[in-house]
Amino acid sequence: MYEFFIEPFGTYPFLRRALVACIALSMGCAPVGVLLVLRRMSLMGDALSHSVLPGVALGYLFMGLSLPAMGIGGMFSGLIVALLASFISRKTVLKEDASFVGFYLIALALGAILVSTKGKNIDLMHILFGSILAVDKASLLLIASITTLSLFVMALIFRPLVLECFDPVFMMSIGGRGSLYHLIFMGLVVLNMVSAFQALGTLMALGMMMLPAITARFWAREIWSLYLVAILFAILSGFLGLVFSYHYGWPSGPAIILTAGILYLGTVILGPYGSLRCRRT
Amino acid sequence: MVGFMTENLKPVLSFKNVSVSYKNHCALENISIDFFEGSLTAILGPNGGGKSTLLKVILGLVPLQNGEIQHFHLKPKDIAYLPQQTEIDRTFPLTVYDVVALGLSQTRGFFQEIGQKTDTTIQKALEKVGLKEMANRSLHMLSGGQFQRVLFARAMLQDAKIILLDEPFAAVDRYTMEDLIKIVKSWTAERRTVIIVSHDLEFVQSYFPQSLLLARNVIAYGSTKEVLTLENLQQAKRNSREWEDANLEDDKTMQFFKNV
Repeated sequence: MYEFFIEPFGTYPFLRRALVACIALSMGCAPVGVLLVLRRMSLMGDALSHSVLPGVALGYLFMGLSLPAMGIGGMFSGLIVALLASFISRKTVLKEDASFVGFYLIALALGAILVSTKGKNIDLMHILFGSILAVDKASLLLIASITTLSLFVMALIFRPLVLECFDPVFMMSIGGRGSLYHLIFMGLVVLNMVSAFQALGTLMALGMMMLPAITARFWAREIWSLYLVAILFAILSGFLGLVFSYHYGWPSGPAIILTAGILYLGTVILGPYGSLRCRRT
Repeated sequence: MVGFMTENLKPVLSFKNVSVSYKNHCALENISIDFFEGSLTAILGPNGGGKSTLLKVILGLVPLQNGEIQHFHLKPKDIAYLPQQTEIDRTFPLTVYDVVALGLSQTRGFFQEIGQKTDTTIQKALEKVGLKEMANRSLHMLSGGQFQRVLFARAMLQDAKIILLDEPFAAVDRYTMEDLIKIVKSWTAERRTVIIVSHDLEFVQSYFPQSLLLARNVIAYGSTKEVLTLENLQQAKRNSREWEDANLEDDKTMQFFKNV
């Protein structure tokens, strides 16, 4: 047991760094994911996560495999897609989900072509699936800063954000500037996406947000406990994922997300609240 | 204006030739009415007749195409609004206490702590709606009636001069309805103005002194007895034909009108 689960982290510094990155990511992403689920914006998050690719690709074209450059590029393309998509849905017959899907497919294709013009396939793999084992000090700092900022802001705007999710009409009726808080929240989503992309790749980044969040729905009934459970599940998936990745030579990003996915599937069946096992209340 | 003793009554809201239209149809047409302080008015009318729109106009959530509304120095925080229950996700992970406390967001802002005094206020509101024991229950465990009590407690905390209720008794059992009506009456006793959108003709007749019959324009406004006449209801029905002929069968309100 000890040899399988603990020793690798004692022996290899890069694994330790990867674990720290996972823990930091969990604390930032999981609460954001919980609110995404409660806002029924899971699909939107998915679209957004793919739309960072062209920006990441541009960062890569100009600066090589530099995580900060790709991160900043990703942030911009994510925000641009989000703005364009909501613009289209407001001005045309398309609903928001459809217009988001349109843009993220374009973004994904564009990104993949941009990367391949210059890079090798191995780089594309890195960008799509991440390289948590190659997280260096600079990106660790970036991840930690984003997590800190995100936790701080989430705590600060907790009440208006929850109210905007729960009862937007009421929020409007009291002149609560719901869209301001919504915008701040979307900003946090993109930031966390960038931070997760460093470790997990653009395709897997959302997994750290959504899987622990939807898993937590079966374990907890208040928002604070949802946060807590989601964070714990995220950390657990990060840890187990790294262990499997190390022992069996799996790519780290998918290993972590698959672990989170298995925990989720188990919970759907066995979780104490609202799972298949219990009758719906 | 039919049947109003307008002396001694102080208007709190005054509509002057108000028209509202959505993308390609007219929702409210040339509305000119006054709502008076401490009055209790039911808004009735066929679906699509602009009942909910009228509330949203009062809240300032819908732009006016024409006309104006005089507010008589009312601030936005003087108007409380209770949305239709169906617009709210009742599986949301909040407790009864949380939801009621959110009623204070407007007067106290989002960022103040809940001290002892505030807590007492919240407890009192919970007691008035009969949910004292359930403060820590989560929402999904409540029945439709209990949930409506929660929303009433929240509205209570808004301490508003005008209270707008959109179909508050739609999904509610008999006991709850009677309790909630008592609360509504106590609001009017405190000189608050209450405006309720309702589908239930019989119910309006037995509890509400004034009504407004609305079918895009005002069919009648005044004392309920004079408003809900055969002639007026038939007029409302005729009006609604223009836009909702096809839906006549499954329209809840129209079932009342059908027998007319």
